[in-house]
Amino acid sequence: MISFKRIASVLALCVCFFASPGMAAGGGTHLEPAELDRDNISSLQRGARNFMNYCSGCHSAQYVRYNTIGKDLGLSEEQLIDNLMFNAEKTFETIQSAMPAEDAARWYGTAPPDMSLMARAKGADYVYNFLKGFYVSEESPTGVNNVVLAGTSMPNVLWELQGYQAAHFNHHENEDGSVTTTFEGFEALSAGSMDAEDFDEFVKDTVNFLAYIAEPVRSERRKLGVWVLMFLIFFFILAAQLKKAIWKDVN
Amino acid sequence: MSRIEAEVGKPQGGFMKWIDDRFPFTKTMEYHVTKYYASKNFNWWFVFGVLAMVVLVIQLLTGIFLTMNYKPAAAEAFASVEYIMRDVEWGWLIRYMHSTGASFFFIVVYLHMFRAMLYGSYKKPRELIWLIGMMIFLVLMAEGFAGYLLPWGQMSYWGAQVIISLFGAIPVVGDALVEIIRGDYSISDITLNRFFALHVIVLPLALIGLIFVHIVALHEVGSNNPDGVDIKKHKGPDGIPLDGVPFHPHHTSKDLVGIIVFLMIFCSVVFFAPDMGGMFLEHANFERANMTATPEHIAPVWYYTPYYAILRAVPDKLWGFILFVLAVALPIFLPWLDRCRVKSIRYRGWMYKTALGIFVVTFITLGWLGLQAATPTYVMLARVFSVLYFAFFLLMPFYTAMDKTKPVPDRVVYHD
Repeated sequence: MISFKRIASVLALCVCFFASPGMAAGGGTHLEPAELDRDNISSLQRGARNFMNYCSGCHSAQYVRYNTIGKDLGLSEEQLIDNLMFNAEKTFETIQSAMPAEDAARWYGTAPPDMSLMARAKGADYVYNFLKGFYVSEESPTGVNNVVLAGTSMPNVLWELQGYQAAHFNHHENEDGSVTTTFEGFEALSAGSMDAEDFDEFVKDTVNFLAYIAEPVRSERRKLGVWVLMFLIFFFILAAQLKKAIWKDVN
Repeated sequence: MSRIEAEVGKPQGGFMKWIDDRFPFTKTMEYHVTKYYASKNFNWWFVFGVLAMVVLVIQLLTGIFLTMNYKPAAAEAFASVEYIMRDVEWGWLIRYMHSTGASFFFIVVYLHMFRAMLYGSYKKPRELIWLIGMMIFLVLMAEGFAGYLLPWGQMSYWGAQVIISLFGAIPVVGDALVEIIRGDYSISDITLNRFFALHVIVLPLALIGLIFVHIVALHEVGSNNPDGVDIKKHKGPDGIPLDGVPFHPHHTSKDLVGIIVFLMIFCSVVFFAPDMGGMFLEHANFERANMTATPEHIAPVWYYTPYYAILRAVPDKLWGFILFVLAVALPIFLPWLDRCRVKSIRYRGWMYKTALGIFVVTFITLGWLGLQAATPTYVMLARVFSVLYFAFFLLMPFYTAMDKTKPVPDRVVYHD
């Protein structure tokens, strides 16, 4: 039932762990744009809920404080404590994962990376496509692989919502004998608890939240920037008049 | 009231007189500001010197506040930058102004240097101003390089790794030199500490000292103008150049307009696109430095990429390094490579105009190529443009001597 558009991607042959392809210069992976609604507070609130429910068990966001989230997303201290803070006592604390990094490294081969800046380092589109890019693979110890990050050691945490999907690849043999593998598309194997549209919204909200925590001040700086530029325009008019007055006798 | 009474009645000349008897305040202000005469026909190319000063002040002021919160230690540097971005009051603004300022410093300085090439500002009697200016440029490159390591992100680390290892190509002393620069066998906490010292003390001091000398030398011989003529040749009975207007209030009021326009562009970046799509703040630098994972694509920040493209165009490591150094250093010799007596491009022939046009395209293309992955096509292109880059300088004595020039006017051309 999940009909995904073509997320064409060239797979890196054997990348282990989180050794990731770069953003633009990587293996030429085509990323579907996430098209986030960055100033949508309810989307960010849902994203915060999703993150705390599905991500924060393993991933920390060590530079992000709960009270910053509360302030920016319009949540009271009580709402924070009741809904988001599973692993912290005080609202000024930062988001720490429940899983000790050392154990995580032993269990997964690599410790789950911190999420504070992930959306800025990799780009929101990357995270969006990654979260939707898991497919069933028998070769992987987690049972899944990912079209965006081949060989990832992260299991598909959202399988209950999304259901399982298979990925189809086209293996094209080049003239020199090398093989280029192109990603063709997904095929739904089993239904999840959400339909495709709802799941897409779910992932978008989550990525929106990740983009927000990567730069919490973004919205504030854009609002302030408008005022600064308006002031400069006003200042420009004054300065231009001043210049004219001072230069009027020069010939 | 007689004159004598007046002098007795008041303290002689008041506060300013008291100061001026002890310190050449009025004299200095007049010499450098209120009675420093520069041509009235400056166009906007002549604003970039002042803008460079504005950016310097922005960098110094924001730098001071960054230093108050930044931790120059490998274990803490990355987190302290995030602390500045998230927890320090207005820290994000200070940091974005500093990171944007770094790029704008180079934009402004490149345009300032280009102005000199347009109007022959490096020619007699301004050769020394140009030489000092080139030293400022070299120090600025070092300053930017040292500063880029400080956030301790992936690109900080690996960019520094690539550039420092270049010195290893020097025969005999190369490896020892690399160790001295790093202070360690790899880039480490020790490297970060010494780069911090260089970035906040050594290089800014050198920068300020050189800029001071740059301006003293400029005010000794006077500013050039878009016609490249000497305004001091025609003075009025009061000894003031007929085509000159005082720096203050005339040029300052005009510069103020330029500064505001500059600030509009600068603030547009700071508030609306502080990473400039990965050009001013590279994406990979939002990941903490990791010496066990090399980023897939290492590119220096855009302002070094023209030279970096030349470096990569050469297959041999040592020759690549030599051409890299040469590319940076060649403009130093412009006052002697340029054999044309006419200063301003307004009165120069088609050869220099064409050469300068090609040079601009070359420089920008090399800059773009330096940002791309080194595919065979791009390396080939970089080779072609490297040849053009060097040809501009090395052939200059010939084409500038052969070029036909137009008659230079006696006085500046002024359009109201």
